Amino acid sequence: MSIKEIQEEIIDEFAMFDDWMQRYEYMIELGKSLPLIDENYKVDENIIKGCQSKVWVYAEMIDNKINFTADSDAIITKGIIAILIRAFSNQHPKDIIDADTSFIDDIGLKEHLSPTRANGLVSMIKQLKMYAIAYQTQIN
Amino acid sequence: MLDIQKIREDFPILKRTVNGKPLVYFDNAATSQTPTVVIDAIVDYYTTYNANIHRGVHTLSQEATDAYEIARKKIQAHFNAKESHEIILTSGTTHSINIIATGFTSLLQKDDEIIVSAMEHHSNIVPWQMLCERTGAILKVIPMNQEGELRMDVYDDLLSQKTKLVFTNHISNALGTINPIEEIISKAHQYGAAVLIDGAQSCPHIKPDVQVLDVDFYVASAHKLCGPTGVGLLYGKEEWLNKLPPYQGGGEMIDQVTFEKTTYAGLPHKFEAGTPNICGGIAFGVALDYMNSIGFEAIAAYENELLEYGTQKLLEIEGLKIYGTAKQKTSVISFNIDSIHPYDIGSIVDKLGVAVRTGHHCAQPIMDFYKIPGTVRASFAFYNTKEEIDLLVDAVKRAKMMLS
Repeated sequence: MSIKEIQEEIIDEFAMFDDWMQRYEYMIELGKSLPLIDENYKVDENIIKGCQSKVWVYAEMIDNKINFTADSDAIITKGIIAILIRAFSNQHPKDIIDADTSFIDDIGLKEHLSPTRANGLVSMIKQLKMYAIAYQTQIN
Repeated sequence: MLDIQKIREDFPILKRTVNGKPLVYFDNAATSQTPTVVIDAIVDYYTTYNANIHRGVHTLSQEATDAYEIARKKIQAHFNAKESHEIILTSGTTHSINIIATGFTSLLQKDDEIIVSAMEHHSNIVPWQMLCERTGAILKVIPMNQEGELRMDVYDDLLSQKTKLVFTNHISNALGTINPIEEIISKAHQYGAAVLIDGAQSCPHIKPDVQVLDVDFYVASAHKLCGPTGVGLLYGKEEWLNKLPPYQGGGEMIDQVTFEKTTYAGLPHKFEAGTPNICGGIAFGVALDYMNSIGFEAIAAYENELLEYGTQKLLEIEGLKIYGTAKQKTSVISFNIDSIHPYDIGSIVDKLGVAVRTGHHCAQPIMDFYKIPGTVRASFAFYNTKEEIDLLVDAVKRAKMMLS
């Protein structure tokens, strides 16, 4: 599936919920399905700065597609990163670089996009795209 | 007895809803809310007499200057400074601390010692570290115990003839501990060291008397005292302020300027370069009038009631641990539940209309001391109620249920 198709699938899933509590509960569930980062990569250099909770992300390229793994010490943050990784993992670097991220708004998580220091979503997206740029350079 | 319902009428923001729920505002240690009298003063300034001060001969400028200087006198009276020129209006506590930390550059020598407490806000750590880098002075730290109280026995050992400056907060923003500043000040003075007290967290609860305290520098921010952001206070004893060089150059702070040499204005203007936050200063004075009309003794007594009630109710939640259990503390409750991340709890209770602070509260050394990533902090003001605390407790229980 393309990034766009996965994003639409996520939007459809979240559309089933009537209130924030169900959305948050689902996000917590998604957090539990997060492809976890190998403990060896859970080091300071893989921490995303700008999050109140700790977020580690690792990326590797397999057959010209990027595979992301991650972890966080906060459950909700884990859910957010799980959603992002579901959309971006196993995709070509160029598609990740070009991907639109407004689906976050569509699934009712807009507050996580606000540029407060408490929040790491913006930094997370930036970091995933940075990995993509780095791997794209390798391909070129 | 305070009429809390009547007081709440003074704060229009308390009527709003957040995420469809009535707002419960428990982030008062970060900033207090603003009463209508202060909002009106701000509107009145920009509507009727907005002008630059101290220079203009026209009527508006004179009115604005008078209002600004009346505010300075109100601040002087509130803190009981001996002279009104010992009150420097700044942009806030951080600015005030930086004026002193920069000024001491020329007064310190290599291997001089300065002492800080272990429970400071970053704003009362970093400027002094920078001072040490510039001068070669050494930073010593008064440690704290598990309850979040300063180890005064260690303080005694740290003090020596080398000590030039001691700086600590009056009340810790992360723990609520009220520090024994009288003792800290008098002991430092025995060694001839100057003392700066960061009153950012204490001023909303306690009315300090700088002459009785015999403190050398006292700093605070208006926005924690029902005033606007961007304005604060630096109190300094006249003899100390005269010893320190100006912090910034510019207009307002000069006596004579030629390209060969400039002489500086006297106090307080020496430290007030540029056009100040005129409206903010005036509104600061109005905020102090408002707080005094309620009365600080009544405020402290009521907030203590809220603290006791909140502590008791929150501790009923299984797995909840409070950080900062000093015998002397103010209405701040910092807590965690089991190993749940404070960010998770903060996010959920916000959805329920409750505003708390989460994170390290700009006091990372305290979090390192307790080996935690941060806490959830609820801080109460005199316009909060026990019913609101019940809503907080319900919200925290709900968060715990969702996150466990």
